[in-house]
Parts: sequence; C-alpha cells; structure tokens
Amino acid sequence: MTEKMLADFTVNVNEEGYLTDPSQWNKEIAVALAKEVGIEELTEAHWKVIEFLQKEVKENGKLPTIRRINKVGGIPTKELYQLFPDGPLAKAAKIAGLSKPASCI
Amino acid sequence: MKKILILGAGTAGTMMANHLNKKIDKKEWSITVIDQYKNHYYQPGFLFIPFGIYSEKDVIKEKKKFIPKGVEFIQSAIEIIEADKNQVKLENNSVIKYDVLIIATGSKIVPQEIEGLLDDGWRKNIFDFYTIEGSTALRDKFKDWKGGKLVVHLAEMPIKCPVAPLEFLFLSDWFFTKKGIRKNVDITYVTPLGSAFTKPRAASVLGHMLDDKNIKIVPNFNISHVDSKNNKIVSLDDKEVEYDLLVTIPTNMGDEVIERSGLGDELNFVPTDKHTLQSKEYENIFVIGDATDIPASKAGSVAHFEGEILTDNILNFINNKPLEKKFDGHANCYIESGYNKAFLIDFNYDVEPVEGTFPLPVVGPFSLLKETRINHLGKMAFKHIYWNLLLKGIPIPGIPPHMTTKGKKLN
Ligand SMILES: Cc1cc2nc3c(=O)[nH]c(=O)nc-3n(C[C@H](O)[C@H](O)[C@H](O)COP(=O)(O)OP(=O)(O)OC[C@H]3O[C@@H](n4cnc5c(N)ncnc54)[C@H](O)[C@@H]3O)c2cc1C
Repeated sequence: MTEKMLADFTVNVNEEGYLTDPSQWNKEIAVALAKEVGIEELTEAHWKVIEFLQKEVKENGKLPTIRRINKVGGIPTKELYQLFPDGPLAKAAKIAGLSKPASCI
Repeated sequence: MKKILILGAGTAGTMMANHLNKKIDKKEWSITVIDQYKNHYYQPGFLFIPFGIYSEKDVIKEKKKFIPKGVEFIQSAIEIIEADKNQVKLENNSVIKYDVLIIATGSKIVPQEIEGLLDDGWRKNIFDFYTIEGSTALRDKFKDWKGGKLVVHLAEMPIKCPVAPLEFLFLSDWFFTKKGIRKNVDITYVTPLGSAFTKPRAASVLGHMLDDKNIKIVPNFNISHVDSKNNKIVSLDDKEVEYDLLVTIPTNMGDEVIERSGLGDELNFVPTDKHTLQSKEYENIFVIGDATDIPASKAGSVAHFEGEILTDNILNFINNKPLEKKFDGHANCYIESGYNKAFLIDFNYDVEPVEGTFPLPVVGPFSLLKETRINHLGKMAFKHIYWNLLLKGIPIPGIPPHMTTKGKKLN
C-alpha cells in the first residue's frame, strides 16, 4: 500500500492504483482516476454507473456483475462497454474508489 | 408439532438435517427435507473425472444414507415457495406448511444463458465439468483426443468453487504431459477477470504459475456468444478466441424455484444477511450454501462452516433469542496443481489468502499458498471427510468454523 497524490488529495492506493480506503474518495479524485484508465471526461452516463456501483457495494458488500448493472441498474451492456472500453467493471470500479472485480484467490 | 422444512438435500441441506436432528426438541419439532434427486453427488470429485482419477463410484451415493433416522425425506421437485403463507408446493401440487424454512437449493450451471453454447458443438467439442454428465463425457473425449487448441473458459462470476477452473488448467497440463502429447496441446485460459490470480498476495506468490506451465491467458473477456460453426468464442467487444476443444464454466445460477417464488436476485440467489444467514425478506427463512447471495465463496467448506453457525441461530430463533452475527465468510480450499501437489488457501470476508501453515502454526501440516505433496493428500482426503464427517455434521478435528489468523503471515 502506498500514498499518492490525486487531484491535490493524498490517498492510499494498492499496487494497481485502486483506492484502499473508500472514505477518501471524492468526485475530483474520480476524475483523476478516470484519466488514469484513459477516460478523458466523465459524462452523466458515466456517473450513473459509478453511483450504481457505490450504492451496490454499500448495500450488498460486493460489486454488482455486468448482468446486474444491466438488469437492476438499467444500463445496457453495449453502452457500458462504450463508456468504459475493454474492462468496464474493472475501470468503473477503480474510478468509483472500489476494489476491482476479483475471485477468492 | 411445529416443522422445520429444509429445501435441498445437497451438501448444506443434508448437513443441516444432521445438525438439527441432534439439537432440536423432538417432542415439539419435526424435520422434513425435500430434494428432487435420489442420488447425492460429491461435486468436488467432478474435477478429477475427466482425467481418469475418479470415476462415478467415487462421487455418487444414495441421498437417503445420509439423512438421519427421525428426519422425513421426500423425493420431489419443489414447485414454489409461498413465503407469505409459510408453505411450499411440490410438483404434484401437495402443500407442506412450515414454521421455519431453510433454503439449501444450491446453484447450477445454466448453459442456456450463453448464446450458441448448446448448438452443434455441445458435448462434441464443447464440454463442462460442473455436472456428472459433462465430466464423464469429457473423460471419454480426452481418451482419444490427439491435441489442438484447448480453451478453458469462465463465463461470469460468481461460480461455485472459484478455484476449479485453475485446477482444471493445471491438471490438463499434467495429464497431457504424462500422455506425452503436451507439445501438441495449446492451453489457453479465457476469463472475464483481469488476471488468473486476482488477490494481491496470491498474485505475487502464484502469478508466474500459468507462464511456468506454458498456459496462455486471455483476460477481460466477457462472452457474447459461441460461434460453434467456426469453433470460436466472441466477446461483447468483438474479441475472438478459436478453439478445437472448449471446456467452459457457464453462468452459475440459483434454482428456478427461487425465481418462480420471487425470492431471488438477477441470478436467482437469495438475498441473505452475510453474518446471521437469515433471509433479508422473511425472518423465518434461513439460507445456506450456494443458494445465498452473500459475498463468500460458493464451496462445500463454506457450507460446512455456515452449518454450525446456522444451527445455533435456528435454535436462537425458535427460542426467541437474538441471532448471532457470527459467520465471517470463512473458506478453506485445496487447489490441485498436478504432479500430486496442491495449494491450500484459508480466508474470510476480511482476510485474503496469505502464506503460512494450517491448521496449526509452524507444524501445519498443511502449507498455505504453497505447492506441497501434503496439501495434495489433504485434497484427496477431502472425499473421505466429505462422505463421513461433513455431510453427517460431525466437526472436522482441529478446524473451527471461524477463520483463525494463527499460523498466517499477515504482513
Ligand atoms: C467441479 C466442482 C468442484 C468443486 N470443488 C470443491 C472443492 O474442492 N471444495 C469445496 O469446498 N467445494 C467444492 N465445490 C463446491 C461444492 O460442491 C458446493 O459448494 C456445495 O456442494 C454446495 O452445497 P449446497 O448444499 O449449497 O448445494 P448442492 O450440494 O448443489 O445441493 C442443492 C440441492 O438442492 C436440490 N434442489 C435444487 N432445486 C430444487 C428443486 N426445485 N426441487 C427439489 N430439489 C432441488 C438439488 O437437487 C441439490 O441436491 C465444487 C463444485 C464443483 C461443481
């Protein structure tokens, strides 16, 4: 775990740059994290995904699946890929200040 | 008489019948268990069948043998749970009332969820190893397979036994090496996750394993469909991976009865309190094993640890005492790695798999996050433990339900 400056805030991150303390997250940090994963601008559609992920983790203690983002969050999977190309769940989770999708090992 | 009704006589349901039978006041309470099948399957054994290590006789026994005397067993499909009426309807429309319900209907693969998976290639050059039918069909295929592109594919998380795909890869490497045709077999792992090992400590200790064994990986691959005419899988962002032989772990879901009853999430898993195992919706419904939506691994060992805690909580519930928030997400899994060796991981909601020894500090005898022969013996002994202790609700000596940090290197 290391400290890092993001948008003028000092935060704790892991080896892959994910925040390790979600309480340090704010919207300016999110914008900086988005740039790290190659997303120059966070639109309203991006925020909708980010907020859904945060709400889910708060309520259920785990990241939703892509299927759940579609069915419960109402965000079509094609759109999710357009918003966060390549690894949408990993990227959106990083920007939202959450841990990456993981298995048990 | 009041009734505790258990739905599903798999690992968790069978165990709960045995636990409660010992603890409940029989003058006041009766216990009934319902399952659609006559036979119990030792699912962890399915992993070994394609490689000829286990056969049907290792993994199939009659369910009734494990249901204790004094507990009623009904073999029938469950049609619907009518939670508002505290009753369950069976396939012949008969109705069973309950005071306390335990849902232990597990999870299963649903190949229909992936377009094209059940087309021409299914069980010809596309297989699963999560069912008895799949694992035995794959054994027959492996017998005379001359080699080519073997693609091991994970559709989406969560799946039961999340380490099984890795074990399958390692055993394949070993199996084809032993057969002398490894040079003709190109092994690729396709996963929706970012890497094979996703937890930091495991990644740093084991990250090199796929490379060492010459297994390629395609990460971040979320499947859109199978093109079985052209033998390739296609992702949602149009990446393609070709195969000669596809071994897939399709989407895992809870049983349709959960959906019919309106009790599940989008994957038919039942929203459950992760510490008490009570359903979030109905206070007289409890959920155990793979059927829950809790963020613990879907594994037999987890069901075992949950079982001891759930038994106490059911007794608390019927005696009007507060439930104990005791389940910590404890899991304990051997990871078979080929060449008669295995890893062991022991973790919970808060502590990721780390190095160390288990169950005792220093002396083990098992090593955590390390490949050893003794771990392999542990994995093979699990079959005996499963049939003789776990299902019967007998505690496994030296292994309490809560994870211990003793013997673990935490920093
Ligand atoms: C290939 C493979 C390898 C594995 N390896 C390991 C391992 O090494 N270690 C480990 O700990 N775990 C392992 N597991 C996981 C383990 O087998 C499961 O986590 C465990 O069996 C879950 O128990 P359960 O009681 O929740 O579900 P199950 O044992 O699946 O039981 C569910 C029962 O409910 C019944 N049922 C469901 N719906 C209905 C209905 N509508 N009507 C009537 N009956 C119904 C089913 O017939 C079934 O008998 C493995 C699993 C697989 C597939």
